[in-house]
Amino acid sequence: MTLELRGITKRFGAVLANDHLDITIPSGTIHAIVGENGAGKSTAMRIAYGFYTADSGDILVDGQVREIRAPRDAIALGIGMVHQHFMLVRPMTVTENIVLGAEPGSAVSLDLRKAAASIRALSEEFKLAVDPDATIENLSVGQQQRVELLKALYRRAGLLILDEPTAVLTPQEVDEFFGILRRMRDQGKTVIIITHKLSEVLAISDDVTVMRDGRVVGNVKTSDTTAAQLARLMVGREVLLRVEKPPARPGPIVLSVKDLSIGGHDGARRLEQVSFDVRGGEIVGVAGVEGNGQTELIEALAGLLPESRVSGSISFSGRDIRPLDARHRREAGIAHVPEDRHRRGLLLEFSLAENVILGVHYRAPAVRGMGAVLLNRPGIQQRVDLVIREFDVRPPDPSLPARALSGGNQQKLIIGREFELPPILLLISQPTRGVDIGAIEFIHRKIVAMRDAGCAVLLVSAELEEVTALADRLLVMHNGHIAGEVDPARATHEQIGMLMTGGHAPSGVEGHS
Amino acid sequence: MRSILTLSLVFSTIRLATPLVWAAIGGLYSERSGVVNIALEGLMLAGAFTAAAVTFYTHSPWAGLGGAMGAAALMASVLAVACIRFKANEVVAGTGINILFLGLPAVLSGALFLSSGSTPQIPKEDLLPTLAQLVPIASQWRILSDVSVMSLLALLVVVLTSYVLYRTPFGLRLRSVGENPEAADAAGVRVNRIRYVSVALSGVLAGVGGAYLSIGQSSLFTRNMTAGRGFIALAALIFGKWRPVQTMLACLLFGFADALTIQMQGVAKLPSGEDVPVQFIQMIPYLVTIVVLAGFIGQSRAPGALGVPYDKES
Amino acid sequence: MTFLRELLFPLIAVLCAFLVGAIVVLFIGDSPVETYRLLLGSAFSWPDGIGYTLFFATPLIFTGLAVAVALRGGLLNIGAEGQLYVAAFATAWVGIKLASFPAVLLVPLCCVAAIAAGAVWGAIPGLLKARFGSHEVINTIMLNFIAVALVGYLTQYHYRIPGDPIMESAPIGNAAHIARLGRFVPGLPERIPLNFAFLLALLASWLVYVLLWKTKWGYEIRATGQNPAAAEYGGVSIRRQVVLTMAISGALAGMVGINEVLGYRYRYYDGFSDNYGFTGIAVALLGRNHPLGVIVAALLFAVLQRGGVPVDAFTQLVSKDIVLILQALVILFVAAEAMFRRSGRRWQGAGGSSGQATAPGKI
Repeated sequence: MTLELRGITKRFGAVLANDHLDITIPSGTIHAIVGENGAGKSTAMRIAYGFYTADSGDILVDGQVREIRAPRDAIALGIGMVHQHFMLVRPMTVTENIVLGAEPGSAVSLDLRKAAASIRALSEEFKLAVDPDATIENLSVGQQQRVELLKALYRRAGLLILDEPTAVLTPQEVDEFFGILRRMRDQGKTVIIITHKLSEVLAISDDVTVMRDGRVVGNVKTSDTTAAQLARLMVGREVLLRVEKPPARPGPIVLSVKDLSIGGHDGARRLEQVSFDVRGGEIVGVAGVEGNGQTELIEALAGLLPESRVSGSISFSGRDIRPLDARHRREAGIAHVPEDRHRRGLLLEFSLAENVILGVHYRAPAVRGMGAVLLNRPGIQQRVDLVIREFDVRPPDPSLPARALSGGNQQKLIIGREFELPPILLLISQPTRGVDIGAIEFIHRKIVAMRDAGCAVLLVSAELEEVTALADRLLVMHNGHIAGEVDPARATHEQIGMLMTGGHAPSGVEGHS
Repeated sequence: MRSILTLSLVFSTIRLATPLVWAAIGGLYSERSGVVNIALEGLMLAGAFTAAAVTFYTHSPWAGLGGAMGAAALMASVLAVACIRFKANEVVAGTGINILFLGLPAVLSGALFLSSGSTPQIPKEDLLPTLAQLVPIASQWRILSDVSVMSLLALLVVVLTSYVLYRTPFGLRLRSVGENPEAADAAGVRVNRIRYVSVALSGVLAGVGGAYLSIGQSSLFTRNMTAGRGFIALAALIFGKWRPVQTMLACLLFGFADALTIQMQGVAKLPSGEDVPVQFIQMIPYLVTIVVLAGFIGQSRAPGALGVPYDKES
Repeated sequence: MTFLRELLFPLIAVLCAFLVGAIVVLFIGDSPVETYRLLLGSAFSWPDGIGYTLFFATPLIFTGLAVAVALRGGLLNIGAEGQLYVAAFATAWVGIKLASFPAVLLVPLCCVAAIAAGAVWGAIPGLLKARFGSHEVINTIMLNFIAVALVGYLTQYHYRIPGDPIMESAPIGNAAHIARLGRFVPGLPERIPLNFAFLLALLASWLVYVLLWKTKWGYEIRATGQNPAAAEYGGVSIRRQVVLTMAISGALAGMVGINEVLGYRYRYYDGFSDNYGFTGIAVALLGRNHPLGVIVAALLFAVLQRGGVPVDAFTQLVSKDIVLILQALVILFVAAEAMFRRSGRRWQGAGGSSGQATAPGKI
């Protein structure tokens, strides 16, 4: 099945997401679409799947122009899509999820047994092992992805669009996944993979389309190109693929975590007897696929989890900070750049100025006057101007609502806010998620600068490239434990991947703690 | 106390729980599809008024019932349009509907019947029948003469809803829309259409519940006659974890509290021998609701997307 | 530009509401023109029209502020009705029990009683939400019923003058009376109940403005309403915030008691509230949850309320409940304001950017 997008244009308010796009996907290939965050690749594919409607342009399937106004239409044409954030109904079973919208049986009676049988058959055919009666909630991320693939295959998709499919997989799972893709291609299916990971593009795809700022800027055969060339096309200039980092000069221990355990809502433990230290002047990285306890670890350290769920000791500059709440931990010098900036990090409807004081809004310089109750306009203005200037926040207008900024600029605002506290310990989680390359470089430089100024940094990131580049010491988490510690300068991704899945790294790679 | 616990308490419970069951099951459809329905109170009032007015003119309770279903479905559709198409805050819009039916019946009855809010008395033969009236041979059995046909139908609706929700494609899609509308959309389900249908359905059922109040349990409509039952039905829905049979049981619990309240009036005594003031007895159903809500909200698992309008171009 | 747009939406909402209201009147068989002329016309005469309108506006400003503050904090306070009843009774109680105190002491004490009682009655659903997570909408409505029953009991059994057929309490001491504005304004007779509580309402509006935008407490309220997860991240205790916001909201609603008991009837009169609590919701929404908007919206609804009397009296078929209908329509049209948005803003909710009720939550 071939797919062609011709002259596709899509605007969201002031943002031109797709600008007269022309993309051709030949049949029976694995085709990668790459670009930075915000380049418009997801938008284009969502238009092809009917989630959005283009403002202008045509979609051609097998050479014929087609109207695709809703996912229904795309599915009818044989187009399937697996989204970056899985579209699964968590409390329902695998079978129910797969047949949703295409239910066997009659209008008054659901035939789930017939469904389960067909699913087992498909499972066999494509080697996608999954239990039809399991509930999605109880499945691992890799298994959930298989359910998503089965959904498309159940509807006889001839063309599969996969949006950032490896974001949640360990390196080993990625290899397995690529095997599945190759099997599908060999069976005659066309596969489109949207990704920003150049190494994977080179490993799996036959052709690559590069997008930037809503336009196609390059279309090459994978065998004819290199990562550096693709990166240059993606960004439009030479890109530093590795951050310059002088060696660390660690000082005394700032954070000491011993036997930290965290319980979840359902009784299962999210974190199990975790112990480690962070010194001033060093960056301790935490690698691992999301969902292995990193979120809870950071939230517990920041004071955002109810005390009843936490056991173990957390000691900051020698004192036990377990009794302190989030406000007092910040006062003590612990800054926190949250992993979900829209949920935790920003008040989107508030102005930049009001966002900059979040967390310090109740003390000077944000307040003045009688009993430190009234907000101090000039003090706040000074602070926001400082952050905007030092952290290159654009557009530099403190009265704009935070909502109006791009992801990268929002992140710079948050980082500026936290870095200016100034902190003794910095907790950072997924600092460059959804951020364009220019801002990524900037943020990385700022993190290293904080380290060099003596700050202790705990950096959690699901992006292996990032965390191995920035960290001085690297902890790998799996299933709520620290699976191991490695020297990021020497360990390979394969070795780290082993730890991420609970295996053991070969000797010689372990770092010194 | 002995005199309170009689068989009549059981029948009272059934009688008083019936409107709650209709309204709560109506709410179930709406909420399982992800649309908060705070307007059950107003929808019941719409049904109650329309039923009374139509029955008065047509002398047929079935016409009244039909009118109630239609009127309430119409108002529910207004709510649906406001919330689904115009992304109104569901609680605020629902509150608007509730306030609307504090005033609208009064204005309409003022115009139609020149009264200050009530409809005129409806003769007994025009009211919704009890089971005994429908099955004449069995009039010896008390249950058939004390229990309205609407109570039996309520039970049937609960069973039917159980089946629809878990064994039909419509039910599967409805549940998916309420848990994760994006996933449902990605699978090709018409999210908004299902929501419109489910909200309209909640109107139909709540309207029946209201109709039962005015032409089944009593014989006229009085201003604000639901007295908070729509909210109690919502509490029952939460207590029942948004599942049909459990919700019905919760409604029975509230019905029981209500029945107890009525029995106690004039009968319950303080240690000193005086009657318990009527106001304290009146408070009981509302206190029970608060306690139930407080005790069970944490353990209740609401539909995942409840209260979040689906807006894919955001 | 945004300010203009902020002004435009409520205006359009009001016009739409009036349009639909006119259709209802037509449907009943009466003349919309006549009805609206009566509804709006009687408010502008002097002294009676304006005097009564301002008097009716007073409780609406209080309940409007109450709902507005709650909405800014992400909460929907439907319990203003119950809060004001409890507060009114409390203030009457103090006025009766301490009737021998001098005015300079008694009046402030009565006011404090109203504010405190309203705050407590408002804090209860706040505590229930903070501790158990149960939604404030249902709890406040339940508490409305309970409040009415409770206060009714107290009046009937303990504070009524024996032999008095009306459900009202004994009169409060003379020292507790608040002066009517007629005493100070030439041309305004003292029979018109407009009193100092009106000025208190204006003062309260200004204080709410200062609280919400000029103090750190207001920042925390607004942040919690905008995004509780971010507020929590910023060190705000959400549980404490919920209780505090509901208490402030209840306190504002409670001030209605001051107007009613100390300035008008000089006793507690059962059932005195003409749906002030519910109207407050419409006032807050129409006023975009801003004190200035609340004052304007309260005046509008006061005009309608004043007009309700002649509508009742002089039209054949329309009763004063048409005012309730108009209020409900205003609420619906304001809530559906996405209707007016062309650029497809993502955030919806009561008042849009000027405060939103929490994601309705799991109710």
